[in-house]
Amino acid sequence: MIDMLSTLASYFSYKFVICAFIVGGLVSLCSSLLGVSLVLRRCSMIGDGLSHVAFGALALATVLGASPLAFSLPVVVIAAILLLRISENSRMGGDAAIAMISSASLAIGVIAISLTTGMNTDVNSYMFGSLSAMEDGDVILSIILSVTVLLFYLFFFNRIFAVTFDESFAKAAGLRSELYKTAIAMVTAITIAIGMRVIGAMLISALVIFPALSAMRVFGSFKGVAVCASVLSVVCAFVGISASCLFSLPTGAAIVAVNAAAFIIFSVIGKVKRSLKR
Amino acid sequence: MEKALKNTTLHQIECRNLSLSYDGRTVLEGADFTVDSGDYLCIVGENGSGKSTLIKALLSLKRPSGGEIIFGEGLGKGQIGYLPQQTNIQRDFPATVSEVVLSGCLGKSSFKPFYSAEDKKRAAMNMERMGISDIASVCYRELSGGQMQRVLLARALCAAEKMILLDEPVSGLDPLVTKEMYRMIEELNRCYGMTVIMVSHDFSAAVKYATKILHLDRSVKFFGTKEDYIKSPIFGRFAGGNEDD
Ligand SMILES: Nc1ncnc2c1ncn2[C@@H]1O[C@H](COP(=O)(O)OP(=O)(O)OP(=O)(O)O)[C@@H](O)[C@H]1O
Ligand SMILES: [Mg+2]
Repeated sequence: MIDMLSTLASYFSYKFVICAFIVGGLVSLCSSLLGVSLVLRRCSMIGDGLSHVAFGALALATVLGASPLAFSLPVVVIAAILLLRISENSRMGGDAAIAMISSASLAIGVIAISLTTGMNTDVNSYMFGSLSAMEDGDVILSIILSVTVLLFYLFFFNRIFAVTFDESFAKAAGLRSELYKTAIAMVTAITIAIGMRVIGAMLISALVIFPALSAMRVFGSFKGVAVCASVLSVVCAFVGISASCLFSLPTGAAIVAVNAAAFIIFSVIGKVKRSLKR
Repeated sequence: MEKALKNTTLHQIECRNLSLSYDGRTVLEGADFTVDSGDYLCIVGENGSGKSTLIKALLSLKRPSGGEIIFGEGLGKGQIGYLPQQTNIQRDFPATVSEVVLSGCLGKSSFKPFYSAEDKKRAAMNMERMGISDIASVCYRELSGGQMQRVLLARALCAAEKMILLDEPVSGLDPLVTKEMYRMIEELNRCYGMTVIMVSHDFSAAVKYATKILHLDRSVKFFGTKEDYIKSPIFGRFAGGNEDD
């Protein structure tokens, strides 16, 4: 155990490890907060769809020789607005439409990659995350992003609750629910685009879903769920990244596995809590 | 001059030739009626006659397919409380009773991020009124249907400044709470001068408490004072039919 800790400590002398911790932690924090609203609105599929679009955009950027983030950010933000519209429009079959868009972007991404480099370790890291993908620019961006998300959430917390809980009442009371929903979808898109390279395209939507669901097992208030989800998400990210360092696992996969374990633990705690109440 | 008259009204709400439809299927056609400050308007009609749709239109949740709804001066957004007939609130939503009730105060504080002490007092008072103070910290998803209804009513009361729209407020409440509910709505109307618009299937309550009646069946079948309504043939037909059940 002490052995492992000292090995871990030695990793901290590498800059990319520190970067991965910062970006991974902050991205997890943001996505869990956004996830509380998305999961409760039954819109978590948006996160999944966006991550596939982000993958396609990233692959295209590589082919076109464009800067990955500068290219994929606007694409994903536009996709977020589109997906939100589609998922609102239930007549079109929102989930089917999202599945369509996400698999189409995945296909485009795979074609773009096979036309250039072919399926190699780079692609593997796009899909499942890697520690070494982070650069200084990403660190700064993720710090700016998470400060923005945190302030947005704090400032509009009560409004986000009202819009998430009962949209038509919120609208009737004069809240501009479309604005909040669009803002949340757009910020989710940015979070996903930034976090994708640490966590991986296939796995990042889990960071949106897992913490909120785990927190909901135990807590019965919106505030409790939001606080618990964000703390849990950061803890899981740190444990996951540490495991990824120590056992050279794909970073995203390690983080998601820790989140899944946390979900099981929280489910049990929730069950026990409820049976004690009776 | 002509134009100015067209879009203003001396009433609190005026509907002119209002039509509402879903995907081209008209559910309410050519409705003309007015609501004045301090009115207690009861909307009656059979299932599917367009009552809830009209309420949504009054809340600007639904756009008219024809005609117009004109709001009088001083009736701004955030001054109307609303109790929906059915909500698409999920059964497993994590929220405490006080969180739900407090959210009714949001329409007023346009840019404050947190609830003020006044908001909290208002919420506490309305929870007291609805008899749910003792379950303030209980999770909304663990309540009974009637308790949920009371929570949503307390929330609507927090939002109501000048007007409250109630879509079947007593459905699912026990007789005692129903009576208390009607008494409270009456008090809001009489003592605080709040305009009440209530959808109800309860004809006896409608004619007991309301000052005006709007009877709908795809179009306006009756609009006028309660006294005129009781004398009208349409009341005899419906209220009489009710007693036979
Ligand atoms: N979202 C919707 N989409 C399509 N049609 C709808 C929708 N909501 C209501 N309708 C239709 O509009 C008509 C009027 O519905 P509304 O809910 O206004 O009736 P109501 O008078 O409130 O009835 P109830 O007494 O059952 O509450 C009904 O025929 C209904 O089928
Ligand atoms: Mg109705």
